[in-house]
Amino acid sequence: MLRTFKIYRYDPDKDSKPYMQTIAVELDGSERMLLDALVKIKAQDPTLSFRRSCREGVCGSDAMNINGKNGLACLTNMRTLPQTVVLKPLPGLPVVRDLIVDMTLFFKQYESIKPYLINHTQPPQRERLQSPEEREELNGLYECILCASCSTSCPSFWWNPDKFVGPAGLLQAYRFLADSRDEATSERLDNLEDPYRLFRCRTIMQCVDVCPKSLNPARAIGKIKELMVRRAI
Amino acid sequence: MASIPQTLPRRAFDVVIVGAGGSGMRASLQLARAGLKVAVLTKVFPTRSHTVAAQGGVSASLGNMSEDCWQWHFYDTIKGADWLGDQDAIEFMCQEAPKVVYELEHFGMPFDRNPDGTIYQRPFGGHTANRGEKPVQRACAAADRTGHAMLHTLYQQNVAAHTQFFVEWMALDLVRNAEGDVVGVTALEMETGEVYLLEAKSVLMASGGAGRIYHSSTNAFINTGDGLGMAARAGIPLQDMEFWQFHPTGVAGAGVLLTEGCRGEGAILLNGEGERFMERYAPTLKDLAPRDFVSRSMDQEIKEGRGCGPNKDYILMKMDHLGAETIHKRLPSVYEIGVHFANVDITREPIPVVPTIHYQMGGLPTNLHGQVIEHINGENRVVNGLYAVGECACVSVHGANRLGTNSLLDLLVFGKAAGDHIVKSGIKDENHKPLPADAADLTRARLAAIDTNTSGEYAQDVADDMRKAMQQHAGVFRTQALMDEGVAKIAAIRERVKNIRLQDTSKVFNTARVEALEVTNLIEVAQATMVAAAARKECRGAHMVNDYEHPADHPTLGLGRNDAEWMKHSLWHSATNSLSYKPVNMKPRTVAAIPPQVRTF
Repeated sequence: MLRTFKIYRYDPDKDSKPYMQTIAVELDGSERMLLDALVKIKAQDPTLSFRRSCREGVCGSDAMNINGKNGLACLTNMRTLPQTVVLKPLPGLPVVRDLIVDMTLFFKQYESIKPYLINHTQPPQRERLQSPEEREELNGLYECILCASCSTSCPSFWWNPDKFVGPAGLLQAYRFLADSRDEATSERLDNLEDPYRLFRCRTIMQCVDVCPKSLNPARAIGKIKELMVRRAI
Repeated sequence: MASIPQTLPRRAFDVVIVGAGGSGMRASLQLARAGLKVAVLTKVFPTRSHTVAAQGGVSASLGNMSEDCWQWHFYDTIKGADWLGDQDAIEFMCQEAPKVVYELEHFGMPFDRNPDGTIYQRPFGGHTANRGEKPVQRACAAADRTGHAMLHTLYQQNVAAHTQFFVEWMALDLVRNAEGDVVGVTALEMETGEVYLLEAKSVLMASGGAGRIYHSSTNAFINTGDGLGMAARAGIPLQDMEFWQFHPTGVAGAGVLLTEGCRGEGAILLNGEGERFMERYAPTLKDLAPRDFVSRSMDQEIKEGRGCGPNKDYILMKMDHLGAETIHKRLPSVYEIGVHFANVDITREPIPVVPTIHYQMGGLPTNLHGQVIEHINGENRVVNGLYAVGECACVSVHGANRLGTNSLLDLLVFGKAAGDHIVKSGIKDENHKPLPADAADLTRARLAAIDTNTSGEYAQDVADDMRKAMQQHAGVFRTQALMDEGVAKIAAIRERVKNIRLQDTSKVFNTARVEALEVTNLIEVAQATMVAAAARKECRGAHMVNDYEHPADHPTLGLGRNDAEWMKHSLWHSATNSLSYKPVNMKPRTVAAIPPQVRTF
């Protein structure tokens, strides 16, 4: 079946400005996912550039804007897409080439929340104990694949990517706040006590809508706000 | 790109690590914490490395569920490896296992928990209590996302330790001086297209496997054996490359992995007659026999006409009897994979699976410290300045067949050991050895050839033919004739690789160039595999050759294994496309060796 793709193209070596390229591709039905179709297009035109690795939705490489909505190419079934597939790079980040964006700011925000367990108590010879209920608190948080679909669909992040941590970073901030083994609650909250870092979230909920792993950054952000309020009173 | 400068820009580090998967990041953590100047080169952002896709667990005899000890783990690993694993290395790994898993927990790894707060452990293929008596729960798990949880935890700790990552840099070639010491690497910064010469007092290869030499693979696109290609070109032999693991449960058609943890939690395999056929092949362990054994049994069923589906070409894995609650709690990703890649709700119906290429048992030969070794005139000799850990290395703990969950353990134990050894070697206070004048010549010539060829083929066309040839000639069941034919085919494809040309000569993020360079690495691995396989005239572990099959009760060749002639490691040399061999280590330091036995389960 002939499908039409409109793909954002930009190679700074050759192009003075970006353009949308229309490509018609004959698909034989073996291309289950959008990534399969992209690999086929790349075989016809090797200059098309995009990131990809695991092709099963766990590495987070191939996030892009698909017909106006951010998602992973490898988890987007071709049957769910219209006849014309419009592909653009993730919005709000500088484009390096074609569908590849510069994610420096995204990762800078992630690293700013100290994304690692902080516990200064000498650990036991064995594992630190954690009850199944305490461990359950981490579900819906630790599974994040850092694909940036959420942060780059968030208007607050578009306006202030240098000041607002963004949904992905805040989800991880809560992942450590929620961990019974972490001892840095107060330090972590101090780190977010600022007009921008946390509070620029306007609960627009785009993050929840696009997350390819069905996670809920908005809920995590709400929980952090709750912790802030609780320690203020 | 057409103009690569005569003098490449240089940077100097104490250590350059190639690869930011589990093994590379476990090593870099030791180095960064000890204050060494370390550069970790990685083709993808660290959390996108293929360790992220490991699902089922990491093995350690914690004994949280029932009695267990490292000696049982040691026995299972040796037997799983079909007596090709080095027993001193297996002993070290199994002894260290609880320590490195507890350490990971202390780093923040979100393991599942038991009601008493300890780490949850599940049964896995070939893991047994009391040397084969019954299955034991040894696989420490974070749902079915153990690799993801581990890789993120290691990255997090490296962020805390301020490790310096070079993200989207592809290492190209090793630099060796006249004495054969490794003194650096060349590397391509993908975003700019610039090529650099990176000086290092030690180089650590942690570049992962090359599962993409096969057509149907559970492996990520990035698993192209870059470290193996670099080493092969630099005159380092590749060990035991004939041994490739077919994972029993890849989604039929898609290749995506479904963890052995499914069967650990109680899933069973059914043939076209609805029979739980593993009971016939492995009366004690049944569906939880080691992977080579289960994959072979599945292919046997299909070969004998008892496959499932209209073409009788797959097996069904049934797990609805586990109950939706257990599936959603213990195997949530498997559930999602079923929906996405097979249109199957595994809580209701069985899912079609076929054995699929998954893991490379062979790699760069190393000692227990991760130092790469050459075997010359019967003696092991360390290659100064070169280490290798993880799937690209062959220490050898996996022998002819790896046990499930031992790969995540391997990368923790040997990543840490190599890091510690580099720290202790005192290189921090040493000067860099001078770079030879021709340090970048090989890289410059290779890049120039790819850029200036005008008559050759495109990389992916050549690679597709290579992958199909490997699939056909080095599969689950091999025959001597098929392998001999494969050797000739791959040799011919190797010639075509020399003439690969590019359609895209831009500098900025040129993924076509990266793919072409990857093919030059893949072909080294493919040829090593084919040549070593055709030479090994026996059945052992994942290397099953119809011509050499014998019944289990054969007096000297039980199940086709020929210990008298073939209990030895193969070493493939790229320059001469030839093989040499070295003995298997049978001298554990603290316990008696486990002598070879016929391998039944």
